[in-house]
Amino acid sequence: MSGVASRRRGVGFSLDPLRDRWESAPGWARWVVYLLLIVGALLLPSQGIGSFMAPGESDWPTMLSDQIGIYVLLGLGLNVVVGMAGLLDLGYVAFYAVGGYTIAIFATKYHWSFWETLILAILTASLAGVLLGAPTLRLRGDYLAIVTLGFGEIVRVTANNLDYVNGPRGVQGIPHPPSLSEWTVAGTDIQPFKYGLLDSRPYYYLLVFLIVLAIIFVKRLEMSRVGRAWASIREDEDAAELMGVPTFKFKLAAFAIGAAIGGSGGVVFAAKQTSINPGSFTFMVSALVLAGVVLGGSGNIPGVIVGAFLLAWLPERFRGLSDYRMLIFGLALVAMMIFRPEGLWPSRQRKAELAEGTGGMGSMGAEVAGPGTAAEVTK
Amino acid sequence: MLLEINDIHVHYGKIAALKGISVEVDEGEIVTLIGANGAGKTTTLKTVSGLRPLSSGSIRFAGADISKMPGHKRVLAGIGQSPEGRGVFPGMTVEENLLMGAYARRGDFSQELAEVYELFPRLAERKSQAGGTMSGGEQQMLAIGRALMAKPKVLLLDEPSMGLAPKLVQQIFSIIVEINRRGTTVLLVEQNASQALQIAHRAYVLETGRVVKSAPAADLLDDPQVRAAYLGGGADAQVGTDTPAGGPAADASPSVAREVSEEAPLVAAPETVEEDDTPSSS
Repeated sequence: MSGVASRRRGVGFSLDPLRDRWESAPGWARWVVYLLLIVGALLLPSQGIGSFMAPGESDWPTMLSDQIGIYVLLGLGLNVVVGMAGLLDLGYVAFYAVGGYTIAIFATKYHWSFWETLILAILTASLAGVLLGAPTLRLRGDYLAIVTLGFGEIVRVTANNLDYVNGPRGVQGIPHPPSLSEWTVAGTDIQPFKYGLLDSRPYYYLLVFLIVLAIIFVKRLEMSRVGRAWASIREDEDAAELMGVPTFKFKLAAFAIGAAIGGSGGVVFAAKQTSINPGSFTFMVSALVLAGVVLGGSGNIPGVIVGAFLLAWLPERFRGLSDYRMLIFGLALVAMMIFRPEGLWPSRQRKAELAEGTGGMGSMGAEVAGPGTAAEVTK
Repeated sequence: MLLEINDIHVHYGKIAALKGISVEVDEGEIVTLIGANGAGKTTTLKTVSGLRPLSSGSIRFAGADISKMPGHKRVLAGIGQSPEGRGVFPGMTVEENLLMGAYARRGDFSQELAEVYELFPRLAERKSQAGGTMSGGEQQMLAIGRALMAKPKVLLLDEPSMGLAPKLVQQIFSIIVEINRRGTTVLLVEQNASQALQIAHRAYVLETGRVVKSAPAADLLDDPQVRAAYLGGGADAQVGTDTPAGGPAADASPSVAREVSEEAPLVAAPETVEEDDTPSSS
């Protein structure tokens, strides 16, 4: 067993020097980096980058807005639940669907504006999170995963059978967001605040805005008492309760906040597509977002963004390999889990948790000497 | 009475783990619950700290009925626990772990922090080390120190000697006496009955969910029945347990065997036990 551990150490590259630099960097330097990252994100849809990222017939800005941007936003939301509070949620797509169907219903039937429905969807999605969480958060680990998996399916199947939302045909004619301004970026043809049918870039910018908002919100929570409570629940739930952390309340809050972020993703998705149907909200979405979170480094925001980005982008980028791409994709995931199980870019704390062995799921049971113990002693 | 446990029954599903346990702890005492595996010692502690719900009976603490109080509120009421298996937060540093202990409280904790570091100088040396990377004994110190950060009126200790080398066990027990001397009441659950009885004022013997005996600890040390069952009394008892020494048998067999086998894994035990968890739970 120690052989495996040392091999892991041999393969993995460490980000610790980078992290030390970052932690000792002055405040202004960090803000410069943040600003550069945002500028970089805004320049991402440009032609030059697109010709590498999406050669051939696929449209890079569309890939950014329909796949990558949405997945990164969903990844950030799921990261609150899985990465920060340590609750395995396999039905995260449900909240995405709740967001999508909220705008579908209120925009087409009651003619609410995009921004009103966005707020409403955030509220309904977090309400859905509380409704799912209240009865199920007494369960732990695998049992919670199974129940959330069921919830994801219930939402989809309900939408599929509900005549009010046209069952499997879905809802059409969802309006685009109203254009905020006709302003054109000088020297280009980009109108970043005009939401139309042809240009995907404004939706991508809208997603970038929501992503930045989500990052600020989540990061502030992480550094507060709430974040400490989540970390303690993730690492050992019973011990957290013994420290005076109201574990149930904080788990519920994690569900609600994660759901709210997922719901906002659903709204943008529906407004971009102008139509949604239950087929967009399959278990595959939950699985991919979760894979992105775990692959990137669950609990660490930059890691999650990288993971979700890769997971949304790689299968699209290698469309040329047609049917084999999913196979290669699967192999890559398996290889990752063998050689770098903590993810591409894990947080230091998360890494220490995994090294300890409980994987953050907590263990209050007695430590019983197993068959491997004797062998270890002799070494 | 500071803590009164009146005839509590606790079930895991349909299985009764506690079948009517009554324990009283007076202020300033060290009270110990001893018994074999499955006797209900840990369940009793978990019920007192609110991790397990009661089926019937009641728990009164400092004059108030806390039977229905959720676990996290009992911390503020004055019940601190070092859980079985230590429950150290593996990804947090030693200092972060200790500060989690004061999570329920507001204000300045520097004094309590200094006191814990004074009790456990080892922890002060390792302030910024991750909890999960420490040895078993250090984790036990951390778990006790963390519980003290909440300034509990009563400290519940669940098997502080588990998996530790005899020398460390001695050290931990002398610290428990010191904590008690400084004014914290201690309710101690132990399989290492001889050690526990030596430092406790009073003791309860638990068997299959019931209290079968309660007496001053010193009396139990001389009680022939207790000696035979839990203290590895007569010489023949020790001879009989020579063979299963070391390895997995240590935890499954009652304390008689434990007394002997405890010496076998020695220092290696705490580390390897934790590593052994890796494949099964991650």
